[in-house]
Amino acid sequence: MSAAIAIAGLHKRYPRVHALNGIDLTIERGEFFGLLGPNGAGKSTLINIVAGLTRFSEGRVRVLGHDVVTDYRRARRLIGVVPQELTYDPFFNVREVLRIQSGYFGLGRENEAWIDELLDALMLTDKAGANMRALSGGMKRRVMIAQALAHKPEVVVLDEPTAGVDVEQRKQLWVFIRRLHREGHTIVLTTHYLEEAQALCERIAILNRGELAALDTKRALMARGIGRMRRLCLTTAEPLRALPEALTPKLRRQEGNQLELQLDKETDSIIAVVDALRAHGAVITDLSTESADLEDVFVELTHRNPR
Amino acid sequence: MNPMGFYTLFYKEVLRFGKVLLQTLIAPIITALLYLLVFAHVLAGRVEVFPGVVYTAFLVPGLVMMSVIQNAFANSSSSLIQSKLTGNLVFILLTPLSHLEFFLAFVVAAAVRGILVGAGIYLVSVFFVTVPVHHPIFILAFAALSSSVLGALGLIAGIWAEKFDQLAGFQNFIILPLSFLSGVFYSIHSLPVFWQHLSRFNPFFYMIDGFRFGFFGVSDIAPLFSLLIVLAALAVLTAVTLLMLKTGYKLRD
Repeated sequence: MSAAIAIAGLHKRYPRVHALNGIDLTIERGEFFGLLGPNGAGKSTLINIVAGLTRFSEGRVRVLGHDVVTDYRRARRLIGVVPQELTYDPFFNVREVLRIQSGYFGLGRENEAWIDELLDALMLTDKAGANMRALSGGMKRRVMIAQALAHKPEVVVLDEPTAGVDVEQRKQLWVFIRRLHREGHTIVLTTHYLEEAQALCERIAILNRGELAALDTKRALMARGIGRMRRLCLTTAEPLRALPEALTPKLRRQEGNQLELQLDKETDSIIAVVDALRAHGAVITDLSTESADLEDVFVELTHRNPR
Repeated sequence: MNPMGFYTLFYKEVLRFGKVLLQTLIAPIITALLYLLVFAHVLAGRVEVFPGVVYTAFLVPGLVMMSVIQNAFANSSSSLIQSKLTGNLVFILLTPLSHLEFFLAFVVAAAVRGILVGAGIYLVSVFFVTVPVHHPIFILAFAALSSSVLGALGLIAGIWAEKFDQLAGFQNFIILPLSFLSGVFYSIHSLPVFWQHLSRFNPFFYMIDGFRFGFFGVSDIAPLFSLLIVLAALAVLTAVTLLMLKTGYKLRD
């Protein structure tokens, strides 16, 4: 069975920038996949290439087995893309926009029930007759999502779908995207909200300067490097003059009576650290812990080995 | 083939200009009628271009074709550049529409607008002057082909231009002078020899001359030759536009 998206040896060169440098990436059918990376990493370039919006210099890209260049018609029928830029056609109302979009894919009146379903799921039913200009930014973003889904694509690519959407609406979008995934759609998500990727995605690729810095399951990513670490923050009654020797390598920050230590989740015991400090004369008045999250992993991977 | 996709894009383009009828249909009809009123008032009785044809009647087909040309160009060029600059063109580029379907939808919609404006001018002008119809097939053929040529040229300009200013330059420095200097208001036989020769390099001249033949049965150039020139222009511009679309020139980076 063909992968949802198969990318092999992909290069994209602009006159002054090598935007994508030999990307090999396979996204399987039914995955909820996160594509992360700092600004300018090449995420949108990669997505635009898969969507056929950007030409590439070298390599091969297929959507469910169909080459995006030589078999672009079938490839584009199988993929729905929500572009990053907020854009709309000011001449039409919401329902017209969705009818037109599904018409481009050869779908007529028989698709009307799906359009109604999309309007309902994306909380746009009462705005169906409203001109696009009259909608708020969040609503326009939801119409863009509906446009990408108008032809019921098997693979859905969302490039920063929640940018500019308020917290409540973002959560509702998550519910909707999760539903799409449950119904069998392959979801590829790029986002700046790392907690979004952490909450939704099963497998994650981190792109940095046009190269894949990491590609793994979320669990595996979190189990390596900084992902294995836990921060321990302590407040003592008096500033400590010195630390027990065994704890010195773990110290990250010391300001007045505040201490921050970085501990390995597997090997370091919080109780043992507290006992060692007490034995050293410290009077601990407050304590908190915080596990490293995807953001820490992201920062570690994207700041390592700068070129 | 994706006939429904083609029809949808065509329908969208027609709906787009249909939503601003005042600007896209009514205004050009009124402008052309103003030309007719002013020139007919000033020149009627003083100029006879074709034997037995009053100047006001002579003027009508020229004004109709000039408006067909300008509006067909305006439709495809402005629609494309607006979509490009606002970014919503992406929703067409993401679809399985082929280059040919994209091209045909824009060009046919442009032709529809051009022909509707032309028909409007003709229908209103018959209240003021009698314009005979000698060869309706020529009228229809020149209207359809010429509006398609300008629809294709509008697509090229819309793809090429990166800002409205460049498109306005294309319109004001190429389309407007070529259409004004193509024999709308005169027969080229009334020009000095040099300008007569120069006019023959203007493709719009053949459009207007052949179109006028359909009404009066008289023309400066053999109408079939004019038809050939217009067909050749359409073939060249179609090839250029399809090449631009295929390579993604200024549309897919």
